[in-house]
Amino acid sequence: MMQNATLFDYFNLFWFAILPYIALFTFFLITIQRYTRTGYSYSSLSSQFLENKIHFWGLVPFHYGIILILIGHFIGFLIPKQVLIWNSNPLRLYVIEVTAFIGGLFTLIGLVNIFIRRLTDARAKVVTSNIDWIVLSILLFQIVTGLLVAVFNSWGTQWFAASVAPYLWSVLKFNPNIAFVTPLPLTAKLHIIGAYTIILLFPFTRLVHLLVIPNPYLWRKPQLVRWYWNRKKIRTQRSI
Amino acid sequence: MDVRSQISMVFHLDKCIGCHTCSIACKNIWTDRKGTEYMWWNNVETKPGTGYPTKWEDQEKYKGGWENVKGKLKLRSTGKAKIIFNIFHNPHMPSMNDYYEPWTYKYETLFNAPEGTDQPTALPISMVTGKYMDIEAGPNWDDDLSGSPIYAENDPNLSALTPEQKSQLFAIQRLVFFYFPRICNHCLNPACVASCPSGALYKRGEDGIVLIDQERCRGWRSCVAACPYKKSYYNWSTGKSEKCILCFPRIESGQAPACFHSCVGRIRYLGVLLYDADKIEEVAKKSDTELVEAQRSMILDPFDPEVIQAALENGIHEQVITAAQNSPVYKFVKIWKIALPPHIEFRTLPMLFYVPPLLPVMSSFNGETIKNMGEDFFPDFDKARAPIEFFGKLFAAGNNSKIRYVLKKQMAVRTYRRAVTVGDIEMDLAKKMLLEADCSVEEAEAIYKLTSLCTFNDRFVIPPAHREEAIEMLRDPLEYKQSVGFGFKEEPKRGS
Repeated sequence: MMQNATLFDYFNLFWFAILPYIALFTFFLITIQRYTRTGYSYSSLSSQFLENKIHFWGLVPFHYGIILILIGHFIGFLIPKQVLIWNSNPLRLYVIEVTAFIGGLFTLIGLVNIFIRRLTDARAKVVTSNIDWIVLSILLFQIVTGLLVAVFNSWGTQWFAASVAPYLWSVLKFNPNIAFVTPLPLTAKLHIIGAYTIILLFPFTRLVHLLVIPNPYLWRKPQLVRWYWNRKKIRTQRSI
Repeated sequence: MDVRSQISMVFHLDKCIGCHTCSIACKNIWTDRKGTEYMWWNNVETKPGTGYPTKWEDQEKYKGGWENVKGKLKLRSTGKAKIIFNIFHNPHMPSMNDYYEPWTYKYETLFNAPEGTDQPTALPISMVTGKYMDIEAGPNWDDDLSGSPIYAENDPNLSALTPEQKSQLFAIQRLVFFYFPRICNHCLNPACVASCPSGALYKRGEDGIVLIDQERCRGWRSCVAACPYKKSYYNWSTGKSEKCILCFPRIESGQAPACFHSCVGRIRYLGVLLYDADKIEEVAKKSDTELVEAQRSMILDPFDPEVIQAALENGIHEQVITAAQNSPVYKFVKIWKIALPPHIEFRTLPMLFYVPPLLPVMSSFNGETIKNMGEDFFPDFDKARAPIEFFGKLFAAGNNSKIRYVLKKQMAVRTYRRAVTVGDIEMDLAKKMLLEADCSVEEAEAIYKLTSLCTFNDRFVIPPAHREEAIEMLRDPLEYKQSVGFGFKEEPKRGS
């Protein structure tokens, strides 16, 4: 390939074989460093307190939409063969495509409302930083490209499992095979590049809140008591 | 029996003059930072009134506290199942509009204004956005406004009154109010702790103070929604929740909390209660009318040798037990039974108790005062200016007999002391009243002394915390010498 390499090939090589490693390396390094050194900065950074109405129409559709979409991507990545088997029935393929598209629309509607909220509400504006705008913009880019792919390159659940999943596995196995993705349409490529950019920026942004989702709450006992000293030990010391 | 110690409080409402000195002392020490301007860990409300945040007692609106669902205690809005669906947007979360938008004034305009025929004004600007704003509400906007159709008439406690009582209460000649200072109750069954998804809130084992670990708080704000007293607040700037810490750095060094220390009316008492932690769940499940008595029964007698033995075995220091024996709170709550918990029907088992005010009840009846005696020598409380049902709703979960008992005893003590000092009341009558009020002469003297002649050391019996020993067990102090100390190792700055 390298012998007849065009500039276009080098681009492909960078975006699909080098960027993923830059993104993953940065992600792990900075996330861990940030958590251990400045754990205080991990917070949902909610602004519901400042603006409580548009908040609902932004945050709720966005989160439910994005969770559905991410789970879908993850399933396609994890068990591509089973997805292909599922899709062998056209009706089932249709159901899964429509569900995914609705999820995408929810995410888009939510995100648009989040934009409107942060642009129009004076109080919400106060707690919106530059990096927040970058995060929102890249998310918008990602959702728009994703929806474009869904509309113009339909049956994405099918070809995702057949080409993107093996590509992602090849990346994870440190043997990136970009031949899987180079034939993809531009919107799909942009979508993949957007994903790597999000992973790259992730540790520098408020997105880290999704690493501290409170799952232990579901099985811990309700009341927590902390003792600042070992009670028995203090007493034995005292009685000496 | 699992004996634990709890720093508890009594506020004597008859003595509160509503000066807000407590609030200012607290504000100056703890909540004058960015993001906390709107917080009042200590605030003073006028009752009847809507309070701060507006209508905090209305759990139909805020869904705070616990409810007993078929024998199981459940959080009203932030339980485990509900958090999954509400974590992105909790519909019962108070917003800044439920408190007020904090403001300051643009004082430069006093100097910069162009010369004119009128006085220049310092315009109010928002402490959130920095823009000019119209002030619509403040933390004590219902101050002294009993009778007002906006504030007093919307007091959630008025639901206990008949329409007739309500219209009487707001008749202009009968207007009545009292002050209701509030801090965190440092509950035994705190809803805030139980609701925290991150496990950042906890109760300190040694003294029962409820705190939020700022490092572990992730700003889910469940505690804000769960606390039925709305005493947990969200710092919109740092993205972390904060609450009253009962000035634990002061308590650990033997000083009273700032709001207690600064109290002009000397209405505040602080001391240790020993209680049986095994009983928490059982008590919190009792029916509304049993709750006050059930909570009282958890509080253990610090003179009982069995209790002392169990306390020592649990690692409670002898000096803490001594402090519990001298505790003014123990006297008010357990021995004299004249201090009651606020809204115990929220089932968090608050450890701040109130002596209900006698004055608005007494100064009543056609402009006359104390003379109006019923057959049992006491005025007819049911005809009182402030309906007994109102206090019943506020301090006894509707069990009005508890209020009657307190008011009778206070009235008897007052009459007795009047017989002693002024002498215009027969001592026989006073003693009969004491008997009727379940109060001995010695007890009356003790109540009188601790209410009227109390010194600083009578009001605040603070056990030594011995943190110097505790800290040495956890860390070597010398390791931090000439270094950062034990506190923050990073700047408490808002994350991105």
